[in-house]
Amino acid sequence: MPTVSMTVNGKAVSGDVEGRTLLVDFLREDLRLTGTHVGCDTSQCGACVVHVNGEAVKACTMFAAEADGAEVGTIEGQANADGSLNVIQQAFQDHHGLQCGFCTPGMVMSAAALLKENPKPSEAEVREYLEGNICRCTGYHNIVKAIMAASGQDVAIAAE
Amino acid sequence: MPKDGGIGADTKRREDVRYLTGSGNYTADINAFGQAAAVFVRSTVANGKINAIDTSAADGMPGVLAIFTGEDFVDVGGNPAGWLINSRDGEPMKEPKRPVLAHGKVRHVGDAYAAVIAETVEQARDAAEAIEADIEELPAVVDMAEALKNQTLVHDEIETNQCFDWGWIEDNRAATDEAIRNAPHVTTLELVNNRLVPNAMEPRASIGTYDRAQDAYTLQTTSQNPHLTRLLISAFVLGIPENKLTVIAPDVGGGFGSKIYHYGEEALVLAASKKVGRPVKWVADRTESFLTDAHGRDHVTKIELACEKDGTFIAFRTETMANVGAYLSNFSTATPTFLHGTLMAGNYTVPNVYVNVKAVFTNTAPVDAYRGAGRPEATYSIERVIDKAARELGLDPVEVRRKNFVKPDQYPFASAAGLEYDSGNYDALMDKLEEIIDRDGFAERRKASEAKGMLRGLGLNSYIEACGIAPSNLVGILGSRVGLYDAATVRVNATGNLSIMVGAHSHGQGHETVFPQIVGEMLGIDPASIDIVHGDTSKIPFGMGTYGSRSLAVCGSAMVRATEKIIAKAKKIAAHMLEASADDVDFADGQFTIKGTDKSVGFGEVALKAYIPHEYPIEDIEPGLEETAFYDPANFTYPSGAYACEVEVDPETGKVRIDRFAAVDDFGNVMNPMIVTGQVHGGLGQGIGQALLEGASYDADGQLLSASYMDYTMPRADDLPFYTVDHSQGTPCTHNPLGVKGCGEAGAIGSPPTVVNAVIDALQSGGKNVTHIDMPLTPSRVWSAMNNA
Repeated sequence: MPTVSMTVNGKAVSGDVEGRTLLVDFLREDLRLTGTHVGCDTSQCGACVVHVNGEAVKACTMFAAEADGAEVGTIEGQANADGSLNVIQQAFQDHHGLQCGFCTPGMVMSAAALLKENPKPSEAEVREYLEGNICRCTGYHNIVKAIMAASGQDVAIAAE
Repeated sequence: MPKDGGIGADTKRREDVRYLTGSGNYTADINAFGQAAAVFVRSTVANGKINAIDTSAADGMPGVLAIFTGEDFVDVGGNPAGWLINSRDGEPMKEPKRPVLAHGKVRHVGDAYAAVIAETVEQARDAAEAIEADIEELPAVVDMAEALKNQTLVHDEIETNQCFDWGWIEDNRAATDEAIRNAPHVTTLELVNNRLVPNAMEPRASIGTYDRAQDAYTLQTTSQNPHLTRLLISAFVLGIPENKLTVIAPDVGGGFGSKIYHYGEEALVLAASKKVGRPVKWVADRTESFLTDAHGRDHVTKIELACEKDGTFIAFRTETMANVGAYLSNFSTATPTFLHGTLMAGNYTVPNVYVNVKAVFTNTAPVDAYRGAGRPEATYSIERVIDKAARELGLDPVEVRRKNFVKPDQYPFASAAGLEYDSGNYDALMDKLEEIIDRDGFAERRKASEAKGMLRGLGLNSYIEACGIAPSNLVGILGSRVGLYDAATVRVNATGNLSIMVGAHSHGQGHETVFPQIVGEMLGIDPASIDIVHGDTSKIPFGMGTYGSRSLAVCGSAMVRATEKIIAKAKKIAAHMLEASADDVDFADGQFTIKGTDKSVGFGEVALKAYIPHEYPIEDIEPGLEETAFYDPANFTYPSGAYACEVEVDPETGKVRIDRFAAVDDFGNVMNPMIVTGQVHGGLGQGIGQALLEGASYDADGQLLSASYMDYTMPRADDLPFYTVDHSQGTPCTHNPLGVKGCGEAGAIGSPPTVVNAVIDALQSGGKNVTHIDMPLTPSRVWSAMNNA
């Protein structure tokens, strides 16, 4: 089995993987970083979104071997250095942007990628960007709100 | 104003921190030491006779530890239906056995007939592919009307595809028929309540572990209801004594009903663990979830509304065919009957109601309770036919509803469908809704839409549900085979902090945050010093799980009762400490005081005294401070609401865009408004999904065409609007200690008719005589309806 090496959340890691091993399985099973979730088999749900060399990637669409040499970021590496929630994570908590928590890591990772490329997205831009992340609990309302808030914007909604 | 962190506060959820940092502990995240992997072999045909299963090639493959087929489970029990329904003629429903693995026949695509246990999941999968099954494909029956002809049988031994033919209330039938015959106006509507797949984002998963030293089993599983799973496995399926089986539901990634039930995979991993002597883990992939999770809805209904010319309701009469799929799932027989028929009077004083439901076996996945469970079906039928009737009579649809609403001075109100509503104020909800949605401004908005070539429609309707499930005596009379109370143990630790063991299971609802808000306020202590323990049968007295918007109304009530016992005992201890009579002790804000004196002692000191009982009246009071309560509700709770949806329809494409959606709900008292609002949002997302996007689709051969997210349209962020949610018009529940009604299902119950009513209104405004379109209202269906009108 080939050996792959990469940097995950700032730490150098390596492991022996089969050619068919997906990045998500390498993260979850070899590195035991189980915050990256698997919610489907068709790369639709987005629960496994991670960052590879700064880009949001569905970790189920990539072989571990393809990430050889890459910088990988997962949900486990998102908090601030002192362990407190980062701005996006905090906004999700403040605005109740999660319920069961299963889609949440992917949502947070996608939101981070969005805000990196578009620091002040409109509501429509947030919604469009989240096309590849499915949530069944929240009806998306508070996720969109949280991402807008994390970008320093707010949305006025009556009767809340 | 709510106290900081107490009842009514928007306390942020403590569970969020672990979910937001990737520290959640879902079943698939757990690797048991030495675990093996299970993979199931599933039928690719909807109906087939199993002639032979040859496992010889798979047996010797690398890593294979064991292979199971249906033959291995013929001597154990089946997975039962939890509710006995009797047909109109008094005959009990048909209950074919639902085995752990299919034996003799496979009855739906995805029906598991073998399982491979191997060192790794890849090896198990490879071996599963090497199993040779000789399965003779038989004609499948998918359509319910076709199934009722009994030409192709799902279960040969019961000689019919009709599970039951139920009438509610049978004694009202003749009067309802008579009322409809003599009515000045009758509106008839035939509709389909589309079949849905619940689609919790976490696929089901289970780990079975047999401990030879203790001769005991542990099941870690994706369950909303671990005690029921233990009970079913123990009493019905495998016969493992309850004291030898622990069921743990750790973090669970959503349920929406689909994880209430016990599934065969759970029994298999337990039996397999004993056989191979190692923990056995199974994780469903998404396609398995589509094929085997219990689906929801799937009713075909004809409803008639008889009324006076002024819109006064005289009778509702409903005939429904309800699909139960190939096997009876645990709540499947209750859903189309007592969670549906009993709600068929809606929010109205209608004097005559009769409901007939025929439950039908088909070669499809089992159908059971999905968020709302029966009540969305009832609401959809009622609220759609009312709109149609109002249109036929030339009356305002809101005014028609108001004319027939149960009024605030009529509670308790005995509905014509057999329930006793305890509280509500439907006019107040509708008043608030009309204000929020700006109904007065609608005409202007419609003009503006029309100016750009779009059609605009507005739908407004009510709903009522019965939840807080459920009073055991009543449901026992109605056929339930279980009690539906719940339980909580409040354990005050010696140092004054609390562990509360609750029978409800939180899988997104926020119990870990809200329950401490309540007990913290009752005891005058910081909620942060209270932890909730849930989802582990070895730690919790008992529980009936989380579904039917019952956690707070039933389990929360048990927790309140147990806390009251804590206070009563603590008062006695405090009285001793303060050298007074317990009758003279007051308790407020965490302090025990003696009336008319300045003597006081804090809750923490009393707790410590209970555990270090020096100078303690040991003859009168036991040491320790821990109390358990079981709470059985006196009645259902009756949340209600008024919902409005405004849509724009593009007449060129049939595409529907939701411009605004408002929900005004009466949940009684609200413990944490932020969480309650979030629950409504989620329900609306699913209800709007049902109305516009979702549908489980089988072809005539029983192949599930929508078995992945490529084919089944889950609502995405850009399909849905921001919602306006209000719960300022609550009327407290009259019979539980917190006055709460339950909020989990409301959004999914009230919203589908609202969306459809709005679309029909839009098409009518465009001069199209379209009176109904079946959900989901996809562009092609809307466009076709417009162009065929």
